[in-house]
Amino acid sequence: MAVVFEKTRGLAEKPFHYCPGCTHGIIHRLVAESLDELNLIDNAIGVAPVGCAVFAYDYFNCDMQEAAHGRAPAAATGIKRVNPNSAVFTYQGDGDLASIGTAEVVHAAMRGEKITTIFVNNAIYGMTGGQMAPTTLVGQKATTAPYGRDENHAGMPLRVSEMLATIPKTAFVERVSVHDVKHIIQAKKAIKKAFQLQMEGKGFTLIEVLSTCPTNWGKTPIEALKWLQENMIPYYPLGNFKNIEEVK
Amino acid sequence: MAKELWKGNEAVAEAAIKAGCRFFFGYPITPQNEIPEYMAMKMPQVDGCFLQAESEIAAINMVYGAAGSGARVMTSSSSPGISLKQEGITYIAGAELPCVIVNMVRGGPGLGGIQPAQSDYFQACKGGGHGDYRLVVLAPASVQEAVDLVQEAFDIADQYRNPVMVLGDGMIGQMMEPVEFTEVKKRSLPEKTWATVGTKGKRKPNVINSLFIDPADCEKHNFHLFEKYAEIEKNEIKVEEYNLEGAEIVFAAYGTIARIVKNAINSLAKEGIKAGLIRPITLWPFPAKSFEKAAEQAGVKAFMSVEMSMGQMVEDVKLSVNGKKPVYFYGRTGGMFPTPKAVAEEAKKILGGAK
Repeated sequence: MAVVFEKTRGLAEKPFHYCPGCTHGIIHRLVAESLDELNLIDNAIGVAPVGCAVFAYDYFNCDMQEAAHGRAPAAATGIKRVNPNSAVFTYQGDGDLASIGTAEVVHAAMRGEKITTIFVNNAIYGMTGGQMAPTTLVGQKATTAPYGRDENHAGMPLRVSEMLATIPKTAFVERVSVHDVKHIIQAKKAIKKAFQLQMEGKGFTLIEVLSTCPTNWGKTPIEALKWLQENMIPYYPLGNFKNIEEVK
Repeated sequence: MAKELWKGNEAVAEAAIKAGCRFFFGYPITPQNEIPEYMAMKMPQVDGCFLQAESEIAAINMVYGAAGSGARVMTSSSSPGISLKQEGITYIAGAELPCVIVNMVRGGPGLGGIQPAQSDYFQACKGGGHGDYRLVVLAPASVQEAVDLVQEAFDIADQYRNPVMVLGDGMIGQMMEPVEFTEVKKRSLPEKTWATVGTKGKRKPNVINSLFIDPADCEKHNFHLFEKYAEIEKNEIKVEEYNLEGAEIVFAAYGTIARIVKNAINSLAKEGIKAGLIRPITLWPFPAKSFEKAAEQAGVKAFMSVEMSMGQMVEDVKLSVNGKKPVYFYGRTGGMFPTPKAVAEEAKKILGGAK
């Protein structure tokens, strides 16, 4: 009988610890499948963040480093400079990348580090229990924004993809979502493209993936997917913000 | 090779390259700028990589990544910059990565000043970052010794999978002295089978990590680290003992201050006062036994730690002397340094009081 679907060898034999309905599992699979299909998994070195994906080093079936909070792009810089022919990636959440690690990601992009950053944006700090993130939407409640984010007090949420796309040495920046099958397929296409361009030495590549956090959003998994679609996508529009192949 | 005149910072950089360091990540700060500048010039000539990071925080995390991939890697900075590196240093110690960190110490606290100081002893030897960990801390007293110690630092780091700090007071970085580059004694070093270089499909993934979420595992990891530190304490202590025979007073001093103290010892000798010096070359592991032994000498009336700080190493001297003899302190700080005359005067005051 023909096998129509199986687990990618890009993932290790370890059950995910993620909450029910969290989309990290899907995103892990897309990254792992992309690396496997591009024949890069045996030559890949990943960097795990601090946050919900801190144990990513247990899940990807390739060499991994666990970096300090926000510092993954700096660690990846060191790794890539030592291993210029490896596929080097960071996997970071919004607190890690868009708050404490803003300088590291901006300057990795500025230098055109030939790495791929998977930026998982779920508009909240998950692991620490639902605090306000730099990407938390205006009016969205968080444990440190119990009355909802007030833009006059805490500012407006950061649009990372739009910001990084302005940096000359970024090769590819795309925002995708994983709230339904169609978008999951599109997300994988973008992730694969980013790794391809990295291996062609084109520059810094980043895929921002809109993701859910049913636990800290206080929603069922299905409600969370709907909330993402109705609330996050209007503020964080999907699409490509930079593709060096199309820059004239 | 004949002796050449080298500025300390440049000599340190050249010594690192001679030791096989091919990756350097730095950030400008006075008084260590000649190290990154030399690296920027020299690394491309030896197929190495110099990168100016966006901050000291990024630089030390680049070191983490490169060290985790098995490279010989170094960073350098001065006091305020080393404070910023502490986060990375504790991760490097926790993940057991070999690397060399140079601190050309300047006055503090805060922005402090840019003149030489020794007020980062606590930070280097007593933690600095969070958690239970140790750095091997090497304290050169001359440019020649800096060159020798920097080369050995890479071997010590590789042998024990541990970060090594070269703690130079700013004077070491800024002064010029004759130097001869000689090879350090070869050690048999373990292969870096743990490095992240890609599995090539031939082995299980390597993971560089300092997270142990189960407290029993975290404790076990700490026990493992401390077994390693015990081994380092057994094997790596370096100390210079000078003029201890018949000494009435024993000075403790490290780095360039030890040279000032030697001048004081010579002038005291002219006045018929016998003084000796214990100069720790490794600040950690600390040469406690040298102090224990000297404290047993019947003729020794007192110890005196002389430092460019408000009194930091003196605490380790006290712990080592363990109440057997009185321990005094004399120091200048903030970029000021003790003169031989002032040191001798202090010693005479102490001996007058102890008689």
